Amino acid sequence: MITVQHFLVIGISLFSIGLSIVVIKKNAILVLLGVELMLNGANVNLIGFSINDPQIQGQIFALFVIVVAAAEAAVALAVVVRMYQYYATSNVDEPNELKG
Amino acid sequence: MNWTINMFYFFGLLAVISALGVLFTRNVLYATFFLILSFFSVASIYVLGNASFIGVTQLLIYVGGILILMIFGLMLTTKLSGKVLVTESHNKRMGVILGVVFFSVLSFIIFSANFEVLNKSVEMPKKMIEVIGVDLMSKYLIPFEIAAILLLIALIGAAVISEKRKEIKE
Repeated sequence: MITVQHFLVIGISLFSIGLSIVVIKKNAILVLLGVELMLNGANVNLIGFSINDPQIQGQIFALFVIVVAAAEAAVALAVVVRMYQYYATSNVDEPNELKG
Repeated sequence: MNWTINMFYFFGLLAVISALGVLFTRNVLYATFFLILSFFSVASIYVLGNASFIGVTQLLIYVGGILILMIFGLMLTTKLSGKVLVTESHNKRMGVILGVVFFSVLSFIIFSANFEVLNKSVEMPKKMIEVIGVDLMSKYLIPFEIAAILLLIALIGAAVISEKRKEIKE
C-alpha cells in the first residue's frame, strides 16, 4: 500500500535536487528549470497528503500551484529574453549593473 | 496492490534519477529533455496517488506548455554557432552541501514523525473529477477567479517586458 511517507520522500528528493540546480547552474534557463523542479516537489507533497482526504483539498491546491508556476515561467522567460537582448548573455552572474 | 506499489517505486526512481540527470549533465538541451522525463514520471505518480486530473493537468501544462516554452527560450538566448550548448557551473560545493543538508534534515523529520492518522484509508469519492469541478465553482470560486486575473496579468506583463526597445547595448 502506498503511504504518505512514500510521497514525501520523493517530494523532498525533487525539492533538494531543484535547490542544488538553482545554486549550481549559471545559465538562467537552467535556474528556471530548478525552480520548476522545486514546485513539482511541493506538488508531490500536496498530492501525498490528500490521498486519504475525501475532500481532496490538496489536489485543488496543487492545481493552483500549477497555475502560478505557469505564470511565473512565462514572466521569467520574458525577463531572460530581455536580459539576453541587453547584455548578450544568459548567465546569471555576468549582468552587474541595474540601469545602464 | 503489489503491482501498484511496484509501479510507484519505478516511477519515483525514474523521477529522481532524471532530476539528478538535470543536475549532472552539462548540455543544456539534454537537461531540458531529462526534465521532460522527470515530469512524465511525476505525472504517473499523481495518477497512482489517486489524482488523475492533476496528472493530466501536469502533462498538459508542464510537459506540453512550460517545457516547450523553456526550449524556445533556450533557442532565443544562445548564439547558435553549431557548437553544443553547454552551461558552466559555480558554487559547486555550496550547492551540493545545501541540497544534501536539506534532504537529510527533512528526511529525518519525515521518518521520525507519526503519520498513522493520515495513512488510515477512508472512503474516497468515486468521481474525483466531479468533486474537483463542483468545488472549484463553489468553495474555491474566489481563488479560481484570482488565478484567472493572475494569468491575464502574467500574459500582458510577459509581452510588455520582452518587447524590443531601442537602447540595446553595443
